[in-house]
Amino acid sequence: MMVDEMNIISLAVADRPGVLFKVTSLIRRRGFNIDTIVVGSTEKENVSRITMTMKGDLRVVEQLVKQLSKIPDVIKITELPPSESVYRELALVKVTAQDQSKRSDILNYLTIFRSRVIDASKDSLVVEIVGSPSKINAFLDLMKGFGIIELARTGIVALGRGRSREKEGSE
Amino acid sequence: MRLSGAKAIVESLKNEKVDVVFGIPGGMTIPLYDAFYDSDLRHILVRHEQCAAHMADGYARVRGVPGVCTATSGPGATNLVTGIGVAYMDSSPMVAITGQVPRAMIGKDAFQEADIVGITNPITKYGFQITSASEIPDTVKTAFLLASTNRKGPVLIDIPKDVFTEEVNPDSSMKLNMKGYTVRSGEPHPYSIKKALGLILSSERPVIIAGGGVISSNAGKELTQLAETLMAPVATTLMGKGSIPENHPLSVGMLGMHGRVESNMIVESADLLIAVGMRFSDRTTGNLEKFGENAKVIHIDIDPAEIGKNVKVTVPIVADARKSLSTLVARLSEIESKRGESEWSRRVNEMKSHYELKKEAGEGIKPAQLMKLLRDLIPGNAIVTTGVGQNQMWAALHFQVLEPRTFITSGGLGAMGFGLPASIGAKVAAPNRLVFNIDGDGSFIMTEQELATAVEEKIPTVTIILDNRVLGMVRQWQCMFCDKRYSEIDLGNVPDFVKLAESYGAEGVRIESYKEFELAIKRSMEAEVPVVIDVPISADEKVLPMVPPGKRLKEVIW
Repeated sequence: MMVDEMNIISLAVADRPGVLFKVTSLIRRRGFNIDTIVVGSTEKENVSRITMTMKGDLRVVEQLVKQLSKIPDVIKITELPPSESVYRELALVKVTAQDQSKRSDILNYLTIFRSRVIDASKDSLVVEIVGSPSKINAFLDLMKGFGIIELARTGIVALGRGRSREKEGSE
Repeated sequence: MRLSGAKAIVESLKNEKVDVVFGIPGGMTIPLYDAFYDSDLRHILVRHEQCAAHMADGYARVRGVPGVCTATSGPGATNLVTGIGVAYMDSSPMVAITGQVPRAMIGKDAFQEADIVGITNPITKYGFQITSASEIPDTVKTAFLLASTNRKGPVLIDIPKDVFTEEVNPDSSMKLNMKGYTVRSGEPHPYSIKKALGLILSSERPVIIAGGGVISSNAGKELTQLAETLMAPVATTLMGKGSIPENHPLSVGMLGMHGRVESNMIVESADLLIAVGMRFSDRTTGNLEKFGENAKVIHIDIDPAEIGKNVKVTVPIVADARKSLSTLVARLSEIESKRGESEWSRRVNEMKSHYELKKEAGEGIKPAQLMKLLRDLIPGNAIVTTGVGQNQMWAALHFQVLEPRTFITSGGLGAMGFGLPASIGAKVAAPNRLVFNIDGDGSFIMTEQELATAVEEKIPTVTIILDNRVLGMVRQWQCMFCDKRYSEIDLGNVPDFVKLAESYGAEGVRIESYKEFELAIKRSMEAEVPVVIDVPISADEKVLPMVPPGKRLKEVIW
């Protein structure tokens, strides 16, 4: 995923039942195509954050933001340009590691990527890696050589840098 | 004072000045109907929930305030869906109240359970499911606020049966926190106005396109003022009919797929389009790529998401139509005097007379003639509703609407069966005015059972059936685009609409000539029961002009 193509949209939403459904239903109905979506809590009680990323030109993103703004549960929408934000994704990778030489190769890569082993068995390692999607992709490319058994990625969470300008996007 | 949840609903509706509710009771709303029993709210018992929603919609479009409909859980609620969809597409304010299975049974596939909040999510502004009676007062209040502000639309409140019977103290009710919704002031931004004025002043061939938003924001007067100031012709969308009196010299009628030729040609010749309260639907623009390719566009709309959705806009004004138009008129009058006759106004008039639809010759009753005759026979403030299909387009093309909120049609969703129930809702909203439903036989038969409601509730509206015994619009497309392979459009000769009307206790009459039509309309205006006027027409009558799908407005067949 090229960082330049990625648009990050961060929504502060009311923490009410059905809000995630309202957001995703709109995305489906209007034919938008998102890559990742993450939901979690925020610093405020009763407010959750939905972070989503999508590729596509700015007109499409603008239309998505405008449509999402119309959902009464959406309190605020912030578009986070990758160049002015920090963003991270976490991946858990279960990778084949049967013979000792391969195992040490993997461990070497872990140091380079600042990732770590969180579980090990006779035949495999479970590795945790945190970073930008491109870093994770690069790491996964390497791990493919060893044989990825299972993979789980969280999708991106992001915050604006410093005192980033937050755009009031809500109706 | 403690109330049951059901009584709290009734009280809350009264606080919102609701005077009528359209609906049918069912298992899960029995407690609500028990509360209706000794309230002074008028309840109109419909025969199908879809029509409760259409009636509430018809009422809302006449009054400009939310119409209220109610249904029980499960099938009652799902029957509302079409009516809610119509209101959503046409931005009509509505509050729909549905019963739901008791809280403990939700999600267990109980008898008559349906996830109506989920089902209607894409066609409502918001859906509430109440989980405690203490939420009722504030939820109802919020529902009315959502339905009737910014871009209007339907809101659904789903209430489990045991919430109706739970006790609530309205003084200590829970406050909803709708932080994500702000009622817009509707004032246009001065910068947008300045930019718009710049475009207007440098334009030579301005054209105004008025949509349903002009009617919704009661901006008819301001629209006409702007048109007169600029000597700019006004084309309307289907939903915009009535925003300017259609007998006004600057009115050029409806544009679009079945728009008038002059209207489409004038829009194609513009160097500036001032689009007000409209959303550039495919039925209005024809081929989107070519639409307005030589024109700059000022787009006034209360919904920011409409700006740039379909058409690239030069200057957006996200604001209320009336406030924007009155600001523009005021600012223009400071800058320049009213435009007089110009090369453009002469060309507009030439196009108007050149493309004027000629009186059709031939046997039988011609829909266009009938529409013109109807206009001459009924008062300017009479309300007209329509079905969907050829009947609707004939009405849109040939029936001149003279006042806002007197032409009520399912524009966006295009739901057949809308006409009769909408006419009933309109008549309830304006009991002292005449209401006519221009319908087709196929459309009428979808909701014909509401004649029972109209008779029982003494709501006399007049239905005119343009009766060609076929699904005419589909037949027309099959004729024009499928080599006359008429597939499944023949409805046959049943029922006899006169006898049908009579069996409901309504009046029925079949007319064979314009003269008989005139007599029937005059008699219908005195009738105390609903009237059905059956007008047999030829199945070969077509709605023309027509811009074939995918073609640009210029490529009109007429």
